[in-house]
Amino acid sequence: MRGFWYRIGPVITVVIAIFVLWYAGAVALNSAWAYDKAKRAGVELTTSELIADTMSQKKPKLPPPHQVGAEIWKTTGDMVLRGKAFSKRSLLYHSWITLSSTLLGFVLGTALGIGLAVGIVYNRTMDMSIMPWVIASQTIPILAIAPMIIVVLNAIGISGLLPKAVISMYLSFFPVVVGMVKGLRSPDHMQLDQMKTWNANGNQEFWKLRLPSSMPYLFTSLKVAMAASLVGAIVGELPTGAVAGLGARLLGGSYYGQTIQIWSALLTAAALAAALVGIIGWIQTRVLKRMGMAQ
Amino acid sequence: MSWLIAGLVVWLVGWGLNVWLAGQPKTRFTRLLVPVLFGVTLIAIWECVVQGFNINPVLLPPPSMIAVRFASSTDILWQDFVQTVIKGAMSGYIIGCGAAFLTSVIIDRFPFLQRGLLPVGNFVAALPIIGMAPILVMWFGFDWQSKAAVVVIMVFFPMLVNTVQGLQATDHMQRDLMRTYAAGYWQTLFKLRLPAAMPFIFNGLKIATTLALIGAIVAEFFGSPIKGMGFRISTEVGRLSLDMVWAEIVVAAIAGSAFYGGVALLEKAVTFWHPSQRG
Repeated sequence: MRGFWYRIGPVITVVIAIFVLWYAGAVALNSAWAYDKAKRAGVELTTSELIADTMSQKKPKLPPPHQVGAEIWKTTGDMVLRGKAFSKRSLLYHSWITLSSTLLGFVLGTALGIGLAVGIVYNRTMDMSIMPWVIASQTIPILAIAPMIIVVLNAIGISGLLPKAVISMYLSFFPVVVGMVKGLRSPDHMQLDQMKTWNANGNQEFWKLRLPSSMPYLFTSLKVAMAASLVGAIVGELPTGAVAGLGARLLGGSYYGQTIQIWSALLTAAALAAALVGIIGWIQTRVLKRMGMAQ
Repeated sequence: MSWLIAGLVVWLVGWGLNVWLAGQPKTRFTRLLVPVLFGVTLIAIWECVVQGFNINPVLLPPPSMIAVRFASSTDILWQDFVQTVIKGAMSGYIIGCGAAFLTSVIIDRFPFLQRGLLPVGNFVAALPIIGMAPILVMWFGFDWQSKAAVVVIMVFFPMLVNTVQGLQATDHMQRDLMRTYAAGYWQTLFKLRLPAAMPFIFNGLKIATTLALIGAIVAEFFGSPIKGMGFRISTEVGRLSLDMVWAEIVVAAIAGSAFYGGVALLEKAVTFWHPSQRG
């Protein structure tokens, strides 16, 4: 049992510390408005009144955790209980919009990335011409072109899910290419020679040696790609004029100063990212264990 | 029609040349020439296709038009560059990476913090931190300070995780050797562990360059004074003058590559002893 607390104890301490800081920050940042209100009403605030006020403002500078929690519950669980799980005010609806384009972009990006990686590993010309560009393109702030992709695809009649998925795909395929190229090249000369002595042809070499040994690299880059894909989907929702999705909730909240809405969208996005990356991590452990590669 | 034929010819010639060059023995020259040729061919094909099919410049402007726009509006581009890259991204990058570095030295000193903060840091590094942008814009105002704040938060965690990992990169033998020399904590830190951590630190610094630019540009989508690359991109997209958007993207690409390249050069100078740099 000591081992469990040895690992978890510090994490819990840090998380508690974050919450304490969060509350302290909420009091500090929101007190200005509370004082302002009190001054106009002509009353003096005691400390407890001040704290109570900073905890329950309508548009606080930094909403305390319980307000955000209440907002999240109001827009998810409560909606479900009232049978309006997918109304436009529900965070579930917005999360689903974001999740669908994230997943579509992730699948497209992974497929494109693996395809390119195979091409790069097997074709010397592709390796020499494309690989430097793949690496160079990682230094370029690709997200900057998100608004353009949305508008241009809209102009030629493609709207909705696909443009956002294209941005997600664009962001997620780089980590996959880089990881897979490394992975497919990870078998050393000894192993490749061994395949040759077994008279394996190129196909067999790929399916039985290169692909299996690239799996750890693939999963590591899939986690990065998933996180990038979610960022792409959220940013892709910004220029559409705040229609739907978590990104639209962020933008709408920032237009109207609805800080609680921003924070609830933000925390939902964080939970989504954690869940998605967690699922990949879980599959990774299972697959690598089955393959006898897990430590 | 002639444009399309020209495009086809350029494609075939470029392709053939690249296949031939790739077949030659690998030298420094071919390693540089092949990707450059690939890029040039791509741009030439782009030009020919846009001209040949008469694609509306609102959808996809030809490279020549982008180049003209780039040359004719250098003053605006420069102003945006200063606002976004120098003021927003750079100051945030320096503050964020510096803070992360100091924090990780402290974390490294206390194993309790290490076990507590590292999982949290790893978790946060995977989150869509860019979503913090609207909140920070609200707190720090529309000008570059809020963009720098976004960049600070974006670069902090990747940098932290990498530096902490780097500080643990020395093995027991090396640390024991320092102990037999009667070296104190600070001496061990400066003479052994920090130098050994440099490859990891630079890895973090390199990841952070891209994040810094992305953070500064995207934060401008949430509100900014009437200059800045993100602002220009979002408004010019709205006015459908895509040549200007592409010009900004060219600036972003150049700035990003230069930033990354600068850090990479610094890395080469600092970690010349590391196996990955010899070779």
